[in-house]
Amino acid sequence: MEFFDNIGLGFSVALSLVNLLYCLAGVFLGTLIGVLPGLGPTATIAMLLPVTFTLPPVSALIMLSGIYYGSQYGGSTTSILVNVPGEAASVVTALDGYQMALKGRAGVALATSAIGSFFAGTVATVVLALFAPPLAEIALKFGPAEFFSLMVLGLLASLVLARGSLLHATGMVVLGLLLGLVGADVNTGTQRYTFEIPQMADGIGFVVVAMGMFGLAEVVRNLENENDRPTIVSKITSLMPTKEDWKRIVGPILRGTAIGSALGILPGSGSILGSFAAYAIEKKVSKNSAEFGKGAIEGVAAPESANNAGAQTSFIPMLTLGIPSNPVMALMIGAMVIQGIQPGPSVITEQPALFWGIIVSMWIGNLFLVILNLPMVGMWVKIVSVPYQYLFPAILVFCGIGVFSLNNTEFDVYLMALFGVVGYLFVKLDCEPAPMLLAFILGPMMEEYLRRALLLSRGNPMIFIERPISATMLGLAALAIIVASLPTFYKKREETFRE
Amino acid sequence: MSPIERNAKDFWTGVIYIVIGGAAIFLGRDYGMGTAMKMGPAYFPVILSSLLILIGAISVIRSFLKPGTPVGTVAWKGLALVIASTVLFGFIVRGAGMAIALPLMVILSACASTRFRWQYALALAAGVTVFCILIFQVGLGVPLPILGSWFGD
Repeated sequence: MEFFDNIGLGFSVALSLVNLLYCLAGVFLGTLIGVLPGLGPTATIAMLLPVTFTLPPVSALIMLSGIYYGSQYGGSTTSILVNVPGEAASVVTALDGYQMALKGRAGVALATSAIGSFFAGTVATVVLALFAPPLAEIALKFGPAEFFSLMVLGLLASLVLARGSLLHATGMVVLGLLLGLVGADVNTGTQRYTFEIPQMADGIGFVVVAMGMFGLAEVVRNLENENDRPTIVSKITSLMPTKEDWKRIVGPILRGTAIGSALGILPGSGSILGSFAAYAIEKKVSKNSAEFGKGAIEGVAAPESANNAGAQTSFIPMLTLGIPSNPVMALMIGAMVIQGIQPGPSVITEQPALFWGIIVSMWIGNLFLVILNLPMVGMWVKIVSVPYQYLFPAILVFCGIGVFSLNNTEFDVYLMALFGVVGYLFVKLDCEPAPMLLAFILGPMMEEYLRRALLLSRGNPMIFIERPISATMLGLAALAIIVASLPTFYKKREETFRE
Repeated sequence: MSPIERNAKDFWTGVIYIVIGGAAIFLGRDYGMGTAMKMGPAYFPVILSSLLILIGAISVIRSFLKPGTPVGTVAWKGLALVIASTVLFGFIVRGAGMAIALPLMVILSACASTRFRWQYALALAAGVTVFCILIFQVGLGVPLPILGSWFGD
């Protein structure tokens, strides 16, 4: 069967000693930054991108993916032990996980999280292997109009999850698209908005933008309230869930995995939406819903399974359509482009070893994560207590060296500093930077697809509505924006993000 | 109360969007619009800039109609030191080399912390510098000198 041939190919790639090592390095780093509050996967992957240029493409992408899903594991460890979510996706885990820890069941909560995550990771790997090829097949038939509408859908969907004002986030998307156009126009060679600076002729590097807005700006934001950082760490006694616990977590893990996998595929989502939805649904359907918020084990099992499943299925739009669903995927696309791989539906057929190697490496990486996280949890707990004043100067140095070595120019360092200021300013004004980064990556592609679509239709914009797939996607995009602006939904969203 | 005080976030976001959108149209005035069928270099930027101005205008109008939430504390000292240390790094890393640029960057930025202590900052600077030279210069071969051109080659 083709499926097993493909998986076999994946194993042969992922099990090579070099790739195993990069996978291990990726999930190790991922856990580390997941544990450290104030350093997220976006900034880390941006910092490490220059390092990966010298690696073969498969190894580079295996390591970068490992950082992303590894950070989901690490983020939950701190949620449970110190009530500080290391990552946005583990915010809900803190609700019941920390309560469990206070009751002396920290070890059981950690084990539940690891078991749920591993199961979800395994299922999501299979989902990815089953659904990616047919989706890519469909996408191969897409014309420029379909791709343009798909990008509109992806960008508008990312707004649904943006924090703060919807209007401001929409502005950030438009601003991101505009910034993406800086540099030489592909068709005419006209230098657009380059101010005759030679380093700007090829456009602004997305690593520079990402490090400025997610690295530097984030450091400044963390410096605002340096003093409310955790000091009390819960003790871990027994790790093994009891028989009763097992009975209670099977259902939530299954439901969480299903919800996370489904929502992870949506553009603009990733792992965050899944974990919130899984928790909310579990609270509704569970027999023990009264216990939620007071240390219900279901409240750990469901969102932890969902965020890991979502982190992995969010690779589907990236690998099959070349469309990033969150800033991390945008960086992965950047990494592929730098490695000389054009992301899109042809990756599966043209680079099967790369595609299947990455997928299988995710399953292996999940196995590493269970081993890294459960027996070694004591070590990670020590890292949580590293004070921020030792951490942030090192983060800045890594950003500086990383950006400099990208093109071996000081100009990029100054540009990163500028984006740091801009990023902090926008955060203070309630303008979420994540949709901007997505739009920044998609800007040049969108312009090209728009140009080709309008050329085909002889300048008639109706082409986007006359073609059924394109029209459907625009319809969904409109729906997303309507739902997001409904007062009831708006209120819910505000509540959810008020952590 | 003026909208700048009552809803500063909406007001200033709107102003920034309008200024950027206006600047993009102004700077791109000679790029060539083309037609819908044959889009010129200015076509898509003009669409986006107009949208941005529209969104900015709505935001400014909203700031007159609705009260907003306050901007909150701004970490001016943190911002200044983070940016200053980054710019300093860019300015001297090639000339002075990593052995000088990195410790200066660490110490300058560490001042941003309310818990700054000289002995810790110096130890951190030494640690980060040795670590980075080993990883980036020796290990990964990043073309950054340990001691730069200001000290002869």
